[in-house]
Amino acid sequence: MTNQELRLKSVVLRKNILKYIYIAKAGHTGGSLSCIDILNVLYNKVLNVDPKDFKNPNRDRYIQSKGHCVEALFVTLADRGFFPESDLETLCAYQSHYIGHPTKKVHGVEQNTGALGHGLSICVGEAIAAKLDDKRHRVFTLLGDGELPEGSNWEAFLSASHYKLDNLYAILDNNKQQITGNNKEVMNTDSVRDKLQSFGWAVKEVDGHNLEQLEEALKNGPFEEGKPNFIIAHTIKGKGVSFMEGSLKWHHGVPTEEQYALAQSELNTAEALIH
Amino acid sequence: MELDKREGKNLKMGDANQVVFSETLEELAAIDSTIIAVTSDSRGSGKLVSFGEKYPNQIVEVGIAEQNLVGVAAGLTSAGKKAFAVSPACFLSARALEQIKNDVTYSDNPVTLVGISAGVSYGALGTTHHSLHDFAALRAINNIIIVAPADNFETAQAVRQAAASNKPVYMRLGKKAMPFLNEADQTFEFGKGRIIREGENLTIIASGETVYPAWLAAKKLEETKGVKTTVVSMHTIKPLDTDLLERLAANGQPIITVEEHMVNGGLGEACAAYLFQRGYKNRFRIVGIPDEYTVTGSQIEIFGHYGISEEGLYNLGMEMVLKTPE
Ligand SMILES: Cc1ncc(C[n+]2csc(CCOP(=O)(O)OP(=O)(O)O)c2C)c(N)n1
Ligand SMILES: [Mg+2]
Repeated sequence: MTNQELRLKSVVLRKNILKYIYIAKAGHTGGSLSCIDILNVLYNKVLNVDPKDFKNPNRDRYIQSKGHCVEALFVTLADRGFFPESDLETLCAYQSHYIGHPTKKVHGVEQNTGALGHGLSICVGEAIAAKLDDKRHRVFTLLGDGELPEGSNWEAFLSASHYKLDNLYAILDNNKQQITGNNKEVMNTDSVRDKLQSFGWAVKEVDGHNLEQLEEALKNGPFEEGKPNFIIAHTIKGKGVSFMEGSLKWHHGVPTEEQYALAQSELNTAEALIH
Repeated sequence: MELDKREGKNLKMGDANQVVFSETLEELAAIDSTIIAVTSDSRGSGKLVSFGEKYPNQIVEVGIAEQNLVGVAAGLTSAGKKAFAVSPACFLSARALEQIKNDVTYSDNPVTLVGISAGVSYGALGTTHHSLHDFAALRAINNIIIVAPADNFETAQAVRQAAASNKPVYMRLGKKAMPFLNEADQTFEFGKGRIIREGENLTIIASGETVYPAWLAAKKLEETKGVKTTVVSMHTIKPLDTDLLERLAANGQPIITVEEHMVNGGLGEACAAYLFQRGYKNRFRIVGIPDEYTVTGSQIEIFGHYGISEEGLYNLGMEMVLKTPE
């Protein structure tokens, strides 16, 4: 896939996120738009996963700890052919398995997440098992920045470096916001880089909307032998839709008909510019 | 059945119980500066934004960290504050269970734990966001009052009594607007069930947001079949109102319990354990969420799926009164 095709895909995936949130009348809009470039790069450039052979024990693992942004994951999996995109028309509907968080009932999902602060520990377990079995695959997770205060993350940070899990990659969707406000005012997690380095992780910072930077960081690891890898991806909540960017109300805001049309037309313009 | 757009069928509609919680807490905070709300990125869902603006020195934010939330609330309480730890019931009663057990109940720090968006209020978000275990988990812990108010009146009373309580309280609240049930009876006390309507053919013991569908079923049973049904809001799950239970069981009429909780370890099993050990032989059925992978959808769809509805309780009620006692 060329860089241009990848850039186009990011726009199409953004349109799909909004489409299915609009149909479901529910969803985590801002955080899905902030992490979609990361998912696009993971699933189209980095992860060794195959919809036709998903249970292959040698596959790379991706476990989304910030499970509320399931819409980003679902549209990416649909695009990769894990299930027909039209399935997502049942998002959040009665008895649908496409619920508001990742579940293993959906083809391509590794783990059931949604309560924050769980994904990383599971990844530590997966990464230890890979080492024990002398397997070459890698393990990835995506954390929210508001999620960091969960104590379990810090327990997992310790154990990952203790076990020298250089096959483990934790990506921080650093959009600087959560539900109540900016991370800084809700619970300050400043100097994440220093904190993680002091916990024994190798840390890289990238522009989380720059596909080349993401690919470069995620494809070529480990950053340092014997150390788990932490990627601080600087992102913007609501990225790609002008009136959603950086605006708190879009954490789980659902667009009205008018807002939906406006958002789609902005994204159509962005798409045309790439062509 | 459309509980979402319901009119209340002759009942006055109120607000969501969790809205009334925050309004009552604001009233209390205005006259009692020791009241502190403790939140974990939950002030929006806990309807405490205005509280935080009015009383910035009476709110402590811990970020997304529910274990810390409960520990901090215990510390505030032991230092003489009246802490209300507010977080979605699913996380509060699961993630922070050890803090509840050790730092609140065992250490006897009378924190009020406010579990919001309880039960299947977050129906379409899946099991991570359902609290169908909280009665069971907390019933197995000594020294805590467990309360699930049915309507706005009960909620306001429960918040006031929790603030005055010298015992830990777990309060479980939903986010759907609730009608006022039995406005004639303005009494509320932890540990004393409220009789919402009375009848001699059947008894339905309900709690929280299931009292309203129980009331609807009772009304329909009487209007269409002449079946007279007692409906009780057993708002306090622990300590259970065993005096009332004995009075309800005394005439031998069938009993249905209903709760927004897994059938394992909830209100129904608490009632059954009490009554059957005392030799009562009433026909008895527990309605709740069965022990299975919980279906998803809106709260009303999940209620309908498991018979926690006007229709489901009406049908079960008919079955119970028609069956000749064995
Ligand atoms: C244990 C737990 N506590 C609370 C929540 C409710 N919740 C869902 S999203 C969210 C904010 C998350 O903020 P952040 O991690 O920064 O996500 P993003 O900004 O990427 O959407 C909260 C508090 C949850 N899902 N899990
Ligand atoms: Mg964030």
